[in-house]
Amino acid sequence: MSDPPPTPLLTLRGIGKSFLGVRVLDDVDLDVAPGEVHAVVGENGAGKSTLMKIVSGGYAPDRGTVEFAGATRTFRGPRDAQRAGIGIIHQEFNLLPERTVAENVYLGHEPVRRGLVDRRGMVDRTTRLLASIGETTLPADARVGQLGVAQQQVVEIAKALALDARLLIMDEPTAALADHEVELLYGLVRRLQERGIGLLYVSHRLAEVFDLSGRITVLKDGRRVTTVDTADTTADELVRHMVGRELSTYYPDRAAPEDRGPVRLNLRDAGNRKLRDVNLQLRAGEVLGIGGLQGSGRSALARAIFGVSPFTTGDVTLDDRPVRLRSPRTAMRAGIAYVTEDRKGEGIVPRQSVLDNALLASRAVFAARSGRAARTTRVRELLAAVEIRGAGDDQEIRFLSGGNQQKVVLARWLALNPRILLFDEPTRGIDVGAKSAIHDLVRRLARDGAAVLMISSDLPELLGMSDRIVVMRDGHVAGELPAGATEEEVVALAVGTVREPAQ
Amino acid sequence: MSALSLSPARRSVPGVFVALTLTLTIGWLVVLLDGGQLFNQSTTVSLLHVAAGLGLVAVGQTLVILGGSLDLSVAYVISLSTLVAAETMNGSDGAVLPAIGLVLVVSAGVGLLNGLLVTRFRVNAFIATLGVGLLLKGYLDNGYDGPAGTTAPSLVQALGYQRVGPVPVSFLLLIAVTAAAWFALSRTRFGHHLVAVGGDPEVARLSGVRNDRVLVTAHVLCSMCAGLAGIYLASRLGSGAPRVGTEGLYDLESIAAVVIGGTALAGGRGGVIGTVGGVLLLASIDAIFNQLEVDAFFKQVIRGVIIIAAVAVYARRAMRKAA
Repeated sequence: MSDPPPTPLLTLRGIGKSFLGVRVLDDVDLDVAPGEVHAVVGENGAGKSTLMKIVSGGYAPDRGTVEFAGATRTFRGPRDAQRAGIGIIHQEFNLLPERTVAENVYLGHEPVRRGLVDRRGMVDRTTRLLASIGETTLPADARVGQLGVAQQQVVEIAKALALDARLLIMDEPTAALADHEVELLYGLVRRLQERGIGLLYVSHRLAEVFDLSGRITVLKDGRRVTTVDTADTTADELVRHMVGRELSTYYPDRAAPEDRGPVRLNLRDAGNRKLRDVNLQLRAGEVLGIGGLQGSGRSALARAIFGVSPFTTGDVTLDDRPVRLRSPRTAMRAGIAYVTEDRKGEGIVPRQSVLDNALLASRAVFAARSGRAARTTRVRELLAAVEIRGAGDDQEIRFLSGGNQQKVVLARWLALNPRILLFDEPTRGIDVGAKSAIHDLVRRLARDGAAVLMISSDLPELLGMSDRIVVMRDGHVAGELPAGATEEEVVALAVGTVREPAQ
Repeated sequence: MSALSLSPARRSVPGVFVALTLTLTIGWLVVLLDGGQLFNQSTTVSLLHVAAGLGLVAVGQTLVILGGSLDLSVAYVISLSTLVAAETMNGSDGAVLPAIGLVLVVSAGVGLLNGLLVTRFRVNAFIATLGVGLLLKGYLDNGYDGPAGTTAPSLVQALGYQRVGPVPVSFLLLIAVTAAAWFALSRTRFGHHLVAVGGDPEVARLSGVRNDRVLVTAHVLCSMCAGLAGIYLASRLGSGAPRVGTEGLYDLESIAAVVIGGTALAGGRGGVIGTVGGVLLLASIDAIFNQLEVDAFFKQVIRGVIIIAAVAVYARRAMRKAA
């Protein structure tokens, strides 16, 4: 298990990739042997996805070489890589729900007899293919849309095998699976190994990585930190490799204990489809940081509080009064504001003016007759207060920088005088200058008595800004940390180094 | 894996045929009470004639809609085709085959233009085909004030009026075209790829389907179906008619028939058999109302209600499936 066999299936040498001048990958080496499971781990934004896209032909590397099955390759696209024998199973499946299993497996290369699609042959071959990976209960002529997630994953794998894939990339394969389905995936992975197929296994969940892989490569900030034999390492050691940066940027002072006010928002055993048993208190005057990995329920929490996909179980009280936040509109009227993570898609109306964007929420919530002129004046003042540079109020917002767009979004919510503010990745894709302006603004709002909940994948930001940190994992609260916690503590909670007891 | 019951994906009878049976039964009763007879020779024949014309267009429309596109130019292609056919024949039986050939070439050309605009130039299908339709309208309005040319008598006889029992030859043509389209969809790579492109273009592309080529082919076939409908109408009318396509509302009615037949307007699900059911349903409503001598405006209202109801039923069903 330890020594890499002499002829690797895939060899990456010195891979580098930049987007718009930002170095995403730098000098990454990696190899996979036939029948090996090679895990790739790292924080959000460490470069895992980009690396996988380079292997599977989605991106071309700026530098470095990809060797596959003994020859140097330049893939012109995903199809090229597929034909060469590299399959990728994405987190989101590439299947047609309205078509049958067989039609999906052979899409694009249907077996043909006398010029016509050989439907029976297609079903037979699919059945054999499924049987070869130990799946005998799945009818090849079932509609994919009626299958469960785990079965759809099997169909995806069969689809890759139908193209004679010799290397399979699995990107967070268990993210969508229930606990008992994970065991089935383990069995599947072992059978693929026996067939001599190499696997690149990307996962946040360290428990899985230890169960399945032979070797582990750790990426951080686009560089390979180390590659270790799984047998020779521990979860704690991996976490140390995954983090460990200096806290250098300036952050505004935290709240003094006497500045913290009463509990504004209290969640008791709250849950919905993505969340379960969330207990959380948000106090006036504090910034509560929410940490966790992508898909751990951080955004789902903010969206539930804001009524986008409301809680279905548990109790919510606002200033000690029970409330039901059924829609964004009720949440806004209750004094809650939400700055979304997806600024382009949900935060701004790109072709409307700066002023229209800033007025959006107040126009929607307040009756038209309640002083339109006064409202506009106030929003203009707010826009001036958040210091939007180099843009008139009438300019279309899409021409502004990300930082300025975010400030307009902030002004929109401040116009409602919110008492609770939910920030989801408030500084993502924003330049350094605007970042610290937004940090200052967030802190000032808290100091003025607002309760702030801030989600961030940027660990230094999370640690620097928060008065307390709650870490989410798998849709529930994994733990709470006081101000002054370390990155290791946050990551350890987020990935679950301690394997949870079976449920 | 689990105790999930997984039925094989049977191509079940589309719900539209249930609606069709119900409509005909109720219509038959109402007409009977009114003192008339719904299923006599002449009403049946005229019902099938209406269905044949609309059906030819709608089968073609099904192909493009399945692929996630749309064709609003069919009405003008029909008008143009009647003129090309009648003027080329000019009353001579010897020119029937060349005329049919020319119509198919011309309509295929229009389809090719539609397809290239939609794929290569990435023009939204709605706009692209509307634009091409208006282009043809300009040509027709400029060149023709009224009927022109003469359809060859043999074609008028054969396609326009000849019957096998109560079934017009034109309806047999529709059955043949439908069968060919059904076969293409279920037994050829083109068909499989077309449904995939309509279902999810990205999935299709990543699976090695040449999306553009597939869509262009669908557009060409759709226009050729409209061309066939034009030939049929020329044989019914005895001459070329520059407004017959638009006055018959073949563009919107064909889309309505496709949707009533259970094909998703966004593409990826459905088929031509359902479309024929939709066509028959629309034609039956016409026949029933004609028998009852219902006001023409009221008739339109009822059709509107039926189309909306059909789409609402499908939407509900899709929602239940997703849940």
